[in-house]
Amino acid sequence: MKFRHFALSTAAAVLAGATALTAIPAQAQDQIYVPLLTYRTGPFANSGVPIADGMHDYLRMLNERDGGIGGAKIVIEECETGYDTKKGIECYESTKGKNPVVYNPYSTGITLQMIPKASADKIPVLSMAYGLSASAKGNTFPWIFNPPVTYWDGASAFIRHVAEQSGGFDKLKGKKIGLIHLDAPFGKEPIALLEALSKKYGFELKLYPVAASDMQNQGSVWLNIRRDRPDWIYNQGWGAMNPTAVKEAAKNNFPMDRLVGVWWAGGDDDARGGGDGAKGYKSLNFHAAGTDFPVIQDIQKHVVDKGLSKTPKDKVGENLYNRGVYNSMLIAEAIRNAQKISGKKAITAEDMRKGLESLNITDARLKEIGMAGFAAPMKLTCEDHNGHNKVYVAQWDGTKWVKGSEWMDPLKDEVMPLLESAANDYAKANNWPARTEACQKGS
Amino acid sequence: MFYREAGQFKTTYPSDMAIFPIAQDRIGIGIILAMAFIFIPLFASDFIMSSVMIPFLVFSLAAIGLNILTGYTGLISLGTGAFMGVGAYACYKLMTIFPGVNIIVWIVTAGFFSAAVGILFGIPSLRIKGFYLAVATLAAQFFLQWCFVRIPWLYNYNASGAIEVGTRTLFGIPIVGPNATPEARYYVLLCIVVVLTWIASNLVHGRIGRSWMAVRDMDIAAELMGIKLLDTKLLAFAVSSFYAGVAGACMMFLWYGGGEASDAFNINQSFLILFMVIIGGLGSLIGSFFGAAFISILPTILKFGLPAIGVPLSGATAEHLIHITVGGLIIFFLIVEPHGLARLWQIGKQKLRMWPFPY
Repeated sequence: MKFRHFALSTAAAVLAGATALTAIPAQAQDQIYVPLLTYRTGPFANSGVPIADGMHDYLRMLNERDGGIGGAKIVIEECETGYDTKKGIECYESTKGKNPVVYNPYSTGITLQMIPKASADKIPVLSMAYGLSASAKGNTFPWIFNPPVTYWDGASAFIRHVAEQSGGFDKLKGKKIGLIHLDAPFGKEPIALLEALSKKYGFELKLYPVAASDMQNQGSVWLNIRRDRPDWIYNQGWGAMNPTAVKEAAKNNFPMDRLVGVWWAGGDDDARGGGDGAKGYKSLNFHAAGTDFPVIQDIQKHVVDKGLSKTPKDKVGENLYNRGVYNSMLIAEAIRNAQKISGKKAITAEDMRKGLESLNITDARLKEIGMAGFAAPMKLTCEDHNGHNKVYVAQWDGTKWVKGSEWMDPLKDEVMPLLESAANDYAKANNWPARTEACQKGS
Repeated sequence: MFYREAGQFKTTYPSDMAIFPIAQDRIGIGIILAMAFIFIPLFASDFIMSSVMIPFLVFSLAAIGLNILTGYTGLISLGTGAFMGVGAYACYKLMTIFPGVNIIVWIVTAGFFSAAVGILFGIPSLRIKGFYLAVATLAAQFFLQWCFVRIPWLYNYNASGAIEVGTRTLFGIPIVGPNATPEARYYVLLCIVVVLTWIASNLVHGRIGRSWMAVRDMDIAAELMGIKLLDTKLLAFAVSSFYAGVAGACMMFLWYGGGEASDAFNINQSFLILFMVIIGGLGSLIGSFFGAAFISILPTILKFGLPAIGVPLSGATAEHLIHITVGGLIIFFLIVEPHGLARLWQIGKQKLRMWPFPY
């Protein structure tokens, strides 16, 4: 008797469990799962936290204000990577079964890992202005996107800025241009392009590598810089290396407005590290800092003020926070686009790729989403997964980042051949399969 | 009651000298192997396979390597991460130079390159001992890591400095690369680990292992007994580096599937493996497995297992809690059993033999 009772209740429990399981897909009809790989711990947490907050808060704001995107709620799940490749793969493996529409690896190492894996699993990867430059070639990498600019675009925009400041490209001849960079793949990325440009324009390129273990100990590097006296320095640095470089530049009386960082060297904390001497420090950027935009104010109203965010209120609108917002805006716009193309509310990863490949964010659209003046219009195509969009030079005024130049195009003609050959090399080295995914019409 | 050798008579010397003299132990090993070869691939999810089992096996192999050096021969090394890197880069170069040869051959061959480098950096061990040797091997770590970044030939002049792993097959099944299933990678890795563990077990139980332990316990006495110190120590370095090299190649090719390798083989990796060996138990092969499981599986289980059973933990909080928990457990185990988990295991077995009538 007792056993029968037990058997019955077990059967009932199993049945209940089964119905609960089958109930999930029905519910998932109008949900879109977006995993966010973030790093709020580890040696680079300083820059990881504002980015993570910005990414989370924008998507959360869409959920709170509009009830999601196109009627589909966004399920946001953060997975902590600690900027560690190993943990990044763990996050990827643990979330890929939940129908993610896109991945944001947020580390060059994790991106490199993910490129072959996600391509095989057919899930788009959005490595926003980091990762593998060559993945801009959509014909080779149908699943990888790295808008709005590559590191090579960045370095070329820096040269354009130098030329503009010195009165034309012909004035570059005989100049000494330094590159202080992290001695790791990320830091070495611009070297190839700068070498090509130095041959073309006749400036002298000086390299100042900083080992990852010496990020906070750059004395000897700056001794060399003092000896060489370069006219301009480009800083391809990351993490603790940036504030140290700014501090050292100030200490060595290097003219601050001639030290230009890549966009990852443009954190508020990076510039603050140099104290008063950091005034004038420049960094490339592709979105604005500050809170004077309807979108940021919406985030404040719907998310931050309601206590739904982890961010401290005064950090909203900092440069890296806004970068997270920009990143999420790309995701959201691509989802919206994918919904339009597929006609479905809950899109798949395949739809998302199509959405990304025909992403066209115009000035009018930016205004609609409250981002007028926040970013430049950008456009992706089936062949071009990067867009090589406009950037500008931001300048530190002592307390915040302000605009230090007009929006400008990178030297696309110089970048494209390098990209082409890099993509070909990658394909050859990896027996990379040819693209089988058809391009959307009209993209 | 069930675990005792009463009634199992040994009539020959080999049976008395066997590694597993008790029948129950042999059955236990059989069950573990059956679990590893049949049940886990059959029932475990892709995530368990690729994020728990594969890392565990890779780290076990590396820990066995370091245990041979540190546990059995008494030479502390902080260069394990770099030796693993040598294996990974050697395997990569061999694979790209001779693309026709099966990748498993190169994974194993890569170990010999690592062994050669290990011998080179092991030479000072004849004169330097203890902490000073640890510092000397630290030099190996830094020097080799410098090479991984600064010698572009090692990564075929790749713009991102990354090792890129295309698909490689065995009997038509992809075992390496993005198209390889976790099961395929797991089986290859498991076979490598089982074979190498068996070899290691024979080494440490034989003449070579005894000479290593003699050197560890008192090198002057060992020398007086006719053991050549230089040869013995260098052999330990070579074998240890061989294991580390194979583990490194496995890590890059069967687990990571390529990527930014210079970063993966940093000093933290060396420390991690040293901790595995210390926590698992110095001078014990099974301890290497325990240590690897403790250090590599536990954080993953805490991070993904707790949310799965309904504990609301996420993101950074989880990460911090995991650090606290794992750190606390390390201290706990080192206080309760300074000789590592292997010793706990031994005590447990001893108790089980007496059970239920201890005297």
